[in-house]
Amino acid sequence: MLSRTADNLYWVARYVERAEYLARILEVTMRLTSLPIAYVGSRNEWESAVATAGCSKAFAASFSEANEANVMEFLAFSPQNPSSICNCIELARTNARAVRTAITSEMWDVINGAWLELRRFGNSPGSREEFMRFLRWVQEISLRFDGSAFRTMLRNDMFWFSRLGLNIERADNTARILDKKYHLLLPADAPIGGPLDYYQWAAILRSVSALTSYHWVYREGLKPWLIADLLILNPQMPRSLTSCYDNLVRYCDSIATAYGRQGPAQRQARAIRARLQNSRMEEIFQNGLHEFIEEFIADNNQLGAAVTRQYLM
Amino acid sequence: MPVAFDEMNGLDEEVRTAYAVLDDWLKGQSPELLGQRCQEAELLFRRIGITFAVYGEAESTERLIPFDVIPRILSSTEWDFLRRGLEQRVRAINMYLNDIYSQRAILKAGIVPEELVFQNPQFRPEMNGQRVPHNIYVHIAGIDIVRVDEKTFYVLEDNARTPSGVSYMLENREIMLRLFPDLFSRYRVAPVENYPDELLTTLKSVAPTTASADPTVVLLTPGIYNSAYFEHSFLADKLGIELVEGRDLLVKNGVVFMRTTEGPKRVDVIYRRVDDDFLDPLAFRPDTELGVPGLMSAYLGGNVTLANAVGTGVADDKAVYSYMPEIVKFYLSEEPILSNVPTWRCREPEHLSYVLDHLPELVVKIVNGSGGYGMLVGPAASKAEIATFRARLEAHPENYIAQPTLALSTCPTLVEKGIAPRHIDLRPFVLTGRDQIRIVPGGLTRVALQNGSLVVNSSQGGGTKDTWVLDR
Repeated sequence: MLSRTADNLYWVARYVERAEYLARILEVTMRLTSLPIAYVGSRNEWESAVATAGCSKAFAASFSEANEANVMEFLAFSPQNPSSICNCIELARTNARAVRTAITSEMWDVINGAWLELRRFGNSPGSREEFMRFLRWVQEISLRFDGSAFRTMLRNDMFWFSRLGLNIERADNTARILDKKYHLLLPADAPIGGPLDYYQWAAILRSVSALTSYHWVYREGLKPWLIADLLILNPQMPRSLTSCYDNLVRYCDSIATAYGRQGPAQRQARAIRARLQNSRMEEIFQNGLHEFIEEFIADNNQLGAAVTRQYLM
Repeated sequence: MPVAFDEMNGLDEEVRTAYAVLDDWLKGQSPELLGQRCQEAELLFRRIGITFAVYGEAESTERLIPFDVIPRILSSTEWDFLRRGLEQRVRAINMYLNDIYSQRAILKAGIVPEELVFQNPQFRPEMNGQRVPHNIYVHIAGIDIVRVDEKTFYVLEDNARTPSGVSYMLENREIMLRLFPDLFSRYRVAPVENYPDELLTTLKSVAPTTASADPTVVLLTPGIYNSAYFEHSFLADKLGIELVEGRDLLVKNGVVFMRTTEGPKRVDVIYRRVDDDFLDPLAFRPDTELGVPGLMSAYLGGNVTLANAVGTGVADDKAVYSYMPEIVKFYLSEEPILSNVPTWRCREPEHLSYVLDHLPELVVKIVNGSGGYGMLVGPAASKAEIATFRARLEAHPENYIAQPTLALSTCPTLVEKGIAPRHIDLRPFVLTGRDQIRIVPGGLTRVALQNGSLVVNSSQGGGTKDTWVLDR
């Protein structure tokens, strides 16, 4: 397969996944801001949304204040933000078009349809209700695209590269959303595990559609370490870091087997999975969750770079 | 303007044999039903993703070419005649190009004026004295043909560089088969679906002699913003070959490779849909990013075949066109089977003065333009337009040729107010391989959808029709 084809497939999956992630961040932020201040404590949710999306610098270049209108516009529509939802869909479609015949018509229909429909939403948030509908729509697109890919693609290197993109992006997003808690400042006098904490953690679980799963798995009230366990170590949770890395190791190995040789990408994926397998929640919290996540994000980026060097250029 | 010959009704409203069944069938269809079929066709086209980028229209950079559901039909006798004429013409074009870049016998014999070749921007000095693999320059030709009466077909244009449109020939047929199975059952229409196989066989047959027994063929596209990108990806898919851009290829030690996930892979034949100018920044335009640095050196070293070859533009230029009958006679010692449209070369003073005197009745074309841009259709032009054009013509007469306004044949076409005659042309595709010339029976019929319009180019609002060649 052409390296560029693999590159396009990899990025289509990444951009679609990223668009969904941004929609989820915005949705959970709207939910947090609709709670009375006594239940959430701080009023810097919009700022933390920008930090969680990982684009504080780019945001500061365009806006001076992180308020609802600015953040919504920046994360969802802004052409200045290379990772805005609109840009992600646009880029996904451009990449898909370049490999039009390598993806199935079902996948093309979803991504091309989304691109056409995007114009109907215009490029401003409109009312909160409209904006919420937009966010739902974005998540729907991602779900349909992922489903089409899963059900219609041949299981060959095209599928594997597309899945590598999806899982690297998803691992990054899960890590970042977990780190959101770090960016939401608790008032100094609020007790850890108190009511403020509770709503923030609940919002995070909700943002990855994991609130129900949490109760099924742990049958307990919300505890920070259990939530972190669910999103980092639990192999039952499809978007946990462990699950993402099970997939990444599997697809890297599939490629290596098919091509008859392995390289840095395979070794890096296995090293990260081994680190996750050897981690225990107690240690992670002792050494600092934020530090753990930062390190993970850097490692994950390195895998992306290794895949690119080895196959995509 | 003379009355146009109608493909279905001739000149005297009597239905011609090949169209009898269609005529009968059409009488049983209501315009509403046909309109509905048209919409279904459009939906299918959109689903498949057939779009056509139009230059200069920022709003709708991707547009559908209108498709007309009423087919254009050629009898087997008509087709046999065209096929023989096309073979002869393309054979002569290839001999002419070999000659121009080596002995130049035709220039020495004074048949084609030297300056038409040497001052032609499409002439490539890089090709002087070079041998192209198997002496074939034009592997894929699209010859535009028009008809003016029962017996007379004219060649309007030879497209010897990177002719497009074949994807429409294939898709139009697919869609017609889906929409009108009943009509097909009443005719014996020769299939066109083997075109991709014929093309691949042709391309493999011209691989360099140093290539392996199963040569690697790729299709080189300028990329997704090119107007014919859909066709490029469509063909690559049907041929089962990689669709590459310049950045996917690299040249090392005079050999071309493509970058794959498993490392560099050797390329033997490049079906390139990129113009000469953009092929290699080291040999041609240095400011392009579409090409492959070093490609020309690999090509001239005989390690890769380019289809079509570099420098074929010197054969399909509109000024050279007027010499085609003489070119055929010179190389083949045969009378040309297909005639040219009578043409005045404005570079010749007597011709120029005739043209200037008769502008309102002539079609004047720029010699190296394409796509219907920069031409004057005398009978349709305003006085002011004619005056502007006259000034341009007088300033650079050598840039223009003129032809009579032909009454191009018409074919029944579904328009808003029902079925009406519209002007059409035909572009068959001629494949030249090492072993033989292959022509799939059919081609792309383009139709000028505006009443009275003669311009069929898709960039100017033309549409397409399925072309049926009847089996005997």
